[in-house]
Amino acid sequence: MKVLVAVKRVIDYNVKVRVKSDNTDVDLANVKMALNPFCEIAVEEAVRLKEANVATEVVVVSVGPKACQEQIRTALALGADRGIHIETDTMPESLSVAKLLAKLVEQEQPGLVILGKQSIDSDNNQTGQMLAALTGMSQGTFASRVQVIDGSLNVTREVDGGLQTLALKLPAVVTTDLRLNEPRYAKLPDIMKAKKKPLDVKTPADLGVELRDHTRLLKVETPPVRQAGIKVASVDELVEKLKNEAKVI
Amino acid sequence: MAILVIAEHDNSTLKGATLNTLAAATQIGGDIHLLVAGSGCQAVAEQGAAAAGVNKVLCVDAALYEHQLAEDLALLVAECGRDYSHILAPATTNGKNLMPRVAALLDVAQISDIIAVESADSFRRPIYAGNAIATVQSLDPIKVITVRGTGFDPVAASGGSAEVVTLSAVSPAGLSSFVSEEVAESERPELTSARVVISGGRGMGNGENFALLEKVADKLGAAIGASRAAVDAGFVPNDMQVGQTGKIVAPDLYIAVGISGAIQHLAGMKDSKVIVAINKDEEAPIFQVADYGLVADLFSAVPELEQKL
Ligand SMILES: Cc1cc2nc3c(=O)[nH]c(=O)nc-3n(C[C@H](O)[C@H](O)[C@H](O)COP(=O)(O)OP(=O)(O)OC[C@H]3O[C@@H](n4cnc5c(N)ncnc54)[C@H](O)[C@@H]3O)c2cc1C
Ligand SMILES: Cc1cc2nc3c(=O)[nH]c(=O)nc-3n(C[C@H](O)[C@H](O)[C@H](O)COP(=O)(O)OP(=O)(O)OC[C@H]3O[C@@H](n4cnc5c(N)ncnc54)[C@H](O)[C@@H]3O)c2cc1C
Repeated sequence: MKVLVAVKRVIDYNVKVRVKSDNTDVDLANVKMALNPFCEIAVEEAVRLKEANVATEVVVVSVGPKACQEQIRTALALGADRGIHIETDTMPESLSVAKLLAKLVEQEQPGLVILGKQSIDSDNNQTGQMLAALTGMSQGTFASRVQVIDGSLNVTREVDGGLQTLALKLPAVVTTDLRLNEPRYAKLPDIMKAKKKPLDVKTPADLGVELRDHTRLLKVETPPVRQAGIKVASVDELVEKLKNEAKVI
Repeated sequence: MAILVIAEHDNSTLKGATLNTLAAATQIGGDIHLLVAGSGCQAVAEQGAAAAGVNKVLCVDAALYEHQLAEDLALLVAECGRDYSHILAPATTNGKNLMPRVAALLDVAQISDIIAVESADSFRRPIYAGNAIATVQSLDPIKVITVRGTGFDPVAASGGSAEVVTLSAVSPAGLSSFVSEEVAESERPELTSARVVISGGRGMGNGENFALLEKVADKLGAAIGASRAAVDAGFVPNDMQVGQTGKIVAPDLYIAVGISGAIQHLAGMKDSKVIVAINKDEEAPIFQVADYGLVADLFSAVPELEQKL
């Protein structure tokens, strides 16, 4: 079974973003970028499936400007076999990403597609579900456990009330939650090897997809900052403040 | 044009998040129809008919929808939703699972997790773990939206008397089936709607020590939450995680115990009215957002707090 993993280049999760002074967007100039943490978990899961002889090949794909190739190389260093970069001038919106991925699915015919449940920049949590809809595949979102059993996929999902397990028909789309696995660190020899692994570049036109804007970003603002309050010296003072000043107990 | 709101329920009760979503729909303006799809869900339809602002309830009662499987439900919602200007659902794990699938079937974008309505086509939503707020305009004929509950005060649960119309199920997708679930049973209020939340972090040391928080929670009628570190370490189950990738809460009082205050945690609780932090490290970033900070060892401070309440 071939596994396709979609990975996104995002701001490093340790970096606190700043909003541009003209409020058109956040300022990403000279900011450290990285593989979206949920995508890292997706790559790790695919590589583990290969190590367990369930997957035969792990293909990673990223959509976006040329710099995305850095994140594809990172995924290759983590153990993916080959990369595909779908080059666009800007980062397209989720539905467009899903349409590009759907075309790629048609060409590559993977048995399983793994994505992150959300990217930590736009926090949309939608691309995987959209891809599943466009390709008519089943979906196991927010997965904390994935098992191939008798040609079907059992996915345990982190839901509001606890955990839910579904049986999915293959091919399927899975999106990763935090506790699916703990990604490995790439070792230097793997990073060197990754440089030689194949990386194809395609354009939306190659895939026959015409991108269209469905949304417009009107402005980006900094949320009201919370002011630090006071330090209380004792539990007694805390209880007194909560009762008489804040009046919340 | 009318607005279709997708009800969140467990086949017997309408979940509170639906009332917040109805509030967002009311702000957009227009007729509001509530879709209740489930199995043996008549009682939910009746509760929906009583909610303020609902003009009509569409009830689809079929075994197919018992577990809210996205593959089946999306076909139904896309079919029912074609003639609406907006389709709204709560940004719960159900809503997040379902709505992008609906949006793609309708060839429209989804606007995720809105916290405010600017106009019928423009909405505010947090991005970058709440460190920026984007105003996004939808250019699509049908606006598919998930609503963050903490952004909208719920509409009244009673007083309305909408008509209930029965619709039939659409063909099954045949792609997925329910196997099992582990649902945390708790007498406590729901994390996302509790008036008081007390959360524990890695500083709690282990799962047994959460009993200290339970005693305080009992006295305050509070829900109990946790940081990701506490969940990852196996102290408590995943459904207790508060944060960017867990639950978003905005109670009147949030008490963070042994939690450092990483941005991903703050993303889930910084809109709380009053924040209390108990941490032994006076440099912990949580103190930068706390109204009342107590620098102390939690193992002495929490039992003392419980006594003095
Ligand atoms: C600073 C900034 C400004 C933006 N401004 C706009 C704007 O004005 N208008 C607009 O329409 N869009 C804009 N975007 C793009 C848009 O917000 C998202 O990038 C796009 O909607 C993709 O959705 P998501 O990343 O939130 O997907 P999610 O659904 O949250 O991501 C889930 C998963 O989908 C996969 N995935 C998502 N994107 C890609 C990708 N490019 N390549 C491969 N896999 C992927 C990954 O596996 C990821 O973990 C902006 C993005 C940024 C970073
Ligand atoms: C993609 C991504 C998503 C994430 N999503 C979330 C999320 O949704 N929610 C979330 O919470 N985190 C999330 N995180 C993790 C986040 O970055 C932090 O790692 C996490 O919040 C830390 O949890 P903590 O504060 O409990 O642990 P720590 O940072 O280890 O802090 C423990 C604190 O306890 C204090 N302490 C220890 N012992 C005592 C004692 N005896 N008395 C008093 N104080 C004591 C310490 O001083 C310290 O401040 C995410 C991370 C990533 C990368």
